[in-house]
Amino acid sequence: MAPIFELQNVSFDYDGIPALQSLSLGFEQGQRVALIGANGSGKSTLLRLLDALYFPRAGSIQFMGEPLTQERLQNDTVNLNFRRQVGLVFQNPDVQLFNPTVFDEVAFGPLQLRWPKAEVLQRVNETLELMGILHLKERPPHRLSGGEKKKVALASILVIDPQVLLLDEPTAALDPKSQSQLVDQVQGWKSTSKTVISATHQLELLEDIADVVYVMQNGDIVASGTPAQILSHKDLLTQANLIHAHRHSHGGIVHSHAHSHRHLHDDHGDEVK
Amino acid sequence: MSRHFFIESTIRAFARALSRALASEQLVTHRGVLQAFDPRVRVAGVFSLVVASTVSRRLWVIAFLLVAAVLLALSSGIRLQTLITRVWLIVLGFTGVIALPAILITPGITVVSFGGLAVTEQGLRAAALLILRVETAVTLTTTLVLCTRWTHILKSLRTVRVPTEVVTMLAMTHRYIFLFIETANQMFESRQSRMIGALSGSEQRRVASRTAGVLLSKSIDLSEEVYLAMQSRGFRGDMQLITEFRMQALDYAGLAGFLALACAAAWMGR
Repeated sequence: MAPIFELQNVSFDYDGIPALQSLSLGFEQGQRVALIGANGSGKSTLLRLLDALYFPRAGSIQFMGEPLTQERLQNDTVNLNFRRQVGLVFQNPDVQLFNPTVFDEVAFGPLQLRWPKAEVLQRVNETLELMGILHLKERPPHRLSGGEKKKVALASILVIDPQVLLLDEPTAALDPKSQSQLVDQVQGWKSTSKTVISATHQLELLEDIADVVYVMQNGDIVASGTPAQILSHKDLLTQANLIHAHRHSHGGIVHSHAHSHRHLHDDHGDEVK
Repeated sequence: MSRHFFIESTIRAFARALSRALASEQLVTHRGVLQAFDPRVRVAGVFSLVVASTVSRRLWVIAFLLVAAVLLALSSGIRLQTLITRVWLIVLGFTGVIALPAILITPGITVVSFGGLAVTEQGLRAAALLILRVETAVTLTTTLVLCTRWTHILKSLRTVRVPTEVVTMLAMTHRYIFLFIETANQMFESRQSRMIGALSGSEQRRVASRTAGVLLSKSIDLSEEVYLAMQSRGFRGDMQLITEFRMQALDYAGLAGFLALACAAAWMGR
């Protein structure tokens, strides 16, 4: 199957500070991909390039075999068609929630995509119900809790039912129950043709949300593989600042071992999950 | 909190007041006179009365509009105490500062003089005109804002052909002003948690100016991010909105009533 996104030698910088360096990779349709890496490794920048919010300084990106360029997206039809198919959930929900009510927020995307108003009303209500936030419909987003804001941000993208979902730290600020609901949702998309690309620090989620993992460091892909392959590569994870030596004591004995939020306690001989 | 932390306490008080003023939901659902009308009628009606009070030159006409505004507020569930504390005293404080010199510097028939200064009849009239106009306009707009959901006000503005850019700007301001006040508050709290003792006045001013600089920089970053988030969902410069309002016979009657009152006041006060 042809890749849904194909990147060729893509580089990007912020006023001369390099963020991505000559990156070449492809994402297949229906794939669930996780981008992992420490802060500043280029994960969010890559997602924004895939969402055509930024454009490469060098190299090229193709979406479904067509070049993804600023010039092409100036065309309303091309732009609306692309936005209809690709949705990005931002890391900070506050930048994504700019409408006066939750209902308006979720309706914003479909309305900009020129959907018929009756369909917008129906789809927004369905999505709010699906996300369990129908009761927040008339509330202003800025008065919600962090977890609720994240759910509204996710609902505002899910409502357009995009083929490609780009999730930037999707579980950040979510309580364990909401986190588990989101993971269930991503797992549910496995049987569909949706492509889900998530940027995350949370190694414990990898096996649930991804089939393929890319490890990013200094704007480059330093490794890729299945979640099991990547998680077993502790040197790599340490080098990418995803796990670290953790000192603590059991009774009177102080010792250290590799540690991440996945609880890689196998140095003890027992793994605590 | 130390009484020296003037800026922090001001920001906190401002945040509380703004939050109360803009997020009041109770009056919106109250079964009052203004709430009985379609939001577009409320916006158009209040706007026409504000214009009438602004163009009117006769004190008694503006006083009559103020009485009408107070009756509208009371019949819409707003307490007199709220009007006095949140509107009249504040407006009197701000407008008084501007009106006071007018009493003394406007030439005309002297009413009373002291220490070389003369209070003139024309000066008193000019000050009264200014204060009454502002009190009337603010009473009307406060009544509108307290009795109508902010979203409905924005939608109404759009349906009465206020440009999309203006409506979007208002919506964004309403949305992000909370975020910036919260951020400013958190910045002061974080500084306070790392500080021992009180700062001198000049140090406080330095901290405040640095904080303002950081906030400005953050606001620029945030505005860029928000624009990206809008673009990501298909925004191309023309805001699309859903309007679900429906005008009933009562709404048409209300609109006619507001417009008739406004026109009569403007004509009588010319």
